[in-house]
Amino acid sequence: MSAAAMPDRRQLGTIISRNKLFEGLFALVGLLIVWIAVLILLALFINLAIDGAPRLSWAFLFSFPSRFPEEAGILSAWMGTVMVMVVTALVAVPLGIAAGLYLEEYAPKNWLTDIIEINVTNLAGVPSIIYGLLALGLFVYEFDMGQTVRVAGLVLALLILPVVIVSTREAIRSIPYGIREAAYALGADQWQVVSQHILPYSRSGILTGMIVGLSRAIGETAPVITIGALTFIAFLPPSPIQGEPPFINFDWLASPFTVLPIQIFNWVSRPQQEFHLNAAAAGLVLLTMTLLMNALAVWLRYRFRKQIRW
Amino acid sequence: MSDAFASHACVQPTKQFLRRRAVAGWVARGILFLAAFASVAITFAIVYLLVRESLTFFEHVSIVEFLTGTQWTPLFFDAQYGILPLVSGTLVIAGIALLVAVPGGTIVALYLSEFAPHRLREVIKPFLEILEGVPTVVYGYFALLFVTPVLQTFIPNLWGFNMLAPGLVVGIMILPYVASVSEDAMRAVPKDLREGAYAMGATRLQVAVRVILPAAFSGVAAAFILGMSRAVGETMVVAIAAGLQPNLTLNPLEPAATITAYIVQVSLGDLPHGSIGYQTIFAAGLTLFLITLIFNLVGFHLRRRLREVYE
Repeated sequence: MSAAAMPDRRQLGTIISRNKLFEGLFALVGLLIVWIAVLILLALFINLAIDGAPRLSWAFLFSFPSRFPEEAGILSAWMGTVMVMVVTALVAVPLGIAAGLYLEEYAPKNWLTDIIEINVTNLAGVPSIIYGLLALGLFVYEFDMGQTVRVAGLVLALLILPVVIVSTREAIRSIPYGIREAAYALGADQWQVVSQHILPYSRSGILTGMIVGLSRAIGETAPVITIGALTFIAFLPPSPIQGEPPFINFDWLASPFTVLPIQIFNWVSRPQQEFHLNAAAAGLVLLTMTLLMNALAVWLRYRFRKQIRW
Repeated sequence: MSDAFASHACVQPTKQFLRRRAVAGWVARGILFLAAFASVAITFAIVYLLVRESLTFFEHVSIVEFLTGTQWTPLFFDAQYGILPLVSGTLVIAGIALLVAVPGGTIVALYLSEFAPHRLREVIKPFLEILEGVPTVVYGYFALLFVTPVLQTFIPNLWGFNMLAPGLVVGIMILPYVASVSEDAMRAVPKDLREGAYAMGATRLQVAVRVILPAAFSGVAAAFILGMSRAVGETMVVAIAAGLQPNLTLNPLEPAATITAYIVQVSLGDLPHGSIGYQTIFAAGLTLFLITLIFNLVGFHLRRRLREVYE
């Protein structure tokens, strides 16, 4: 390089200070965008609270929907949500954990494993409404299961299956290999290692994944609309517990239902403003539920990360 | 105590025990395999069902008419089955969403991976997860009853239902996803590259833009494509805030319907099982599935390539 091309000290100083300025500006822009996102979330929450909070009352939580906006409530909606979530958790969690265990501990390196891997990734990206079409065509009509709690629970379970699988795998992957080798050295076989060591040690990660998955399922609307959930339900499904033997009743699984997001969608689609306020109040309830679940997951993850020292 | 321990330690496992253990192992392995294979079965079920119902649909309507027709009115007496108006609505809204999410997500990812101090990142990341976790129906409410009125004060000729507000809101919704996939890619870039650049006197911005971004490019591109796939498949925000009339236009100020919104609209009414109206939602669904499948496979491939380069 010729001497003429070398910047002298003053030029160098300008270049450095200009670069530092750009760097500072970029950091500012990055922080600004994050702040804008914070503000938008705040705006969303405050807007919902201003519209909806005045409508929130015990009567609102424990009334059925009604033609009259001031008498309408969300009892059947949140009861439906709770029942659907029970079915979703019972299906998605065992299935997801089992699939995660297989892929992480058993799967040989071959084309079949490759297909399953690509599949799980792809399923996570399939739009939720497509799952709704699957449930409509297969569960509702082909298997004749009706537009019921069990179908909604099943379709949401399929929807969050990739979330449970991925978090199970991540939890398993964080267990050091030495744990497995120690168990094998003592004479355990593979299933003993998996069931007595891998599974118990990864349960915190799996629990977090389960909560994240359920918090996603609880707010899902599209697939439940597609299977044809009714928007006006002025009764509760039969109680799962009854007075006479056998004390447990499964009729609720085959009951028509509605869920919170559908109730919100129904109210927000109406022209009358009074119903919009109901939608805001129900939205506030739903948002609080999801935020609490998310916060629980974040807290659990943080706690477990601090706790575990291999 | 020590006697009992000693005697136990010497006991050889019986043949019966070993056989039972082997059987349990095989049964467990089989069950776990079936669970993993269930995901493949789900995909097959989706493809089978969409294709079967669509085939009946295409017995009535030619594929050419479906792909090139400019009117979508399957529920009218004079039924027209051209999917272009739904595709245009879908693409306009996804396009607006990407205009928000791509620059926003990339800058947030660069900021988180190269600039933010560790503790700030620990605060921002869970916050972004919360933003991602807000139910879409709540975002729909926000788009219709907050964003649209606010925009109308700046743009007087904005319709009450329009594509702009849901597009912007979907953009905010997928921004955390784009940011987190991009950031994963940036963090996979080896430290040596950064340190080499710093040693040459580069600033953090120069490292971020000229070293990290090109090095992580395929991962960042994957984030854009997967974000696009999400925007295309987003349903509730659009169904609530964009109106439900199919409208072949590129003007974001007008109302329009997307593929997903149409499926919702039909599902709300009660069309008889097996009618042609019923089959249209499967034909529309198949179109949507194929679009997102292509995006997902390309995105998956790009991410995998990044991983192969650096691991």
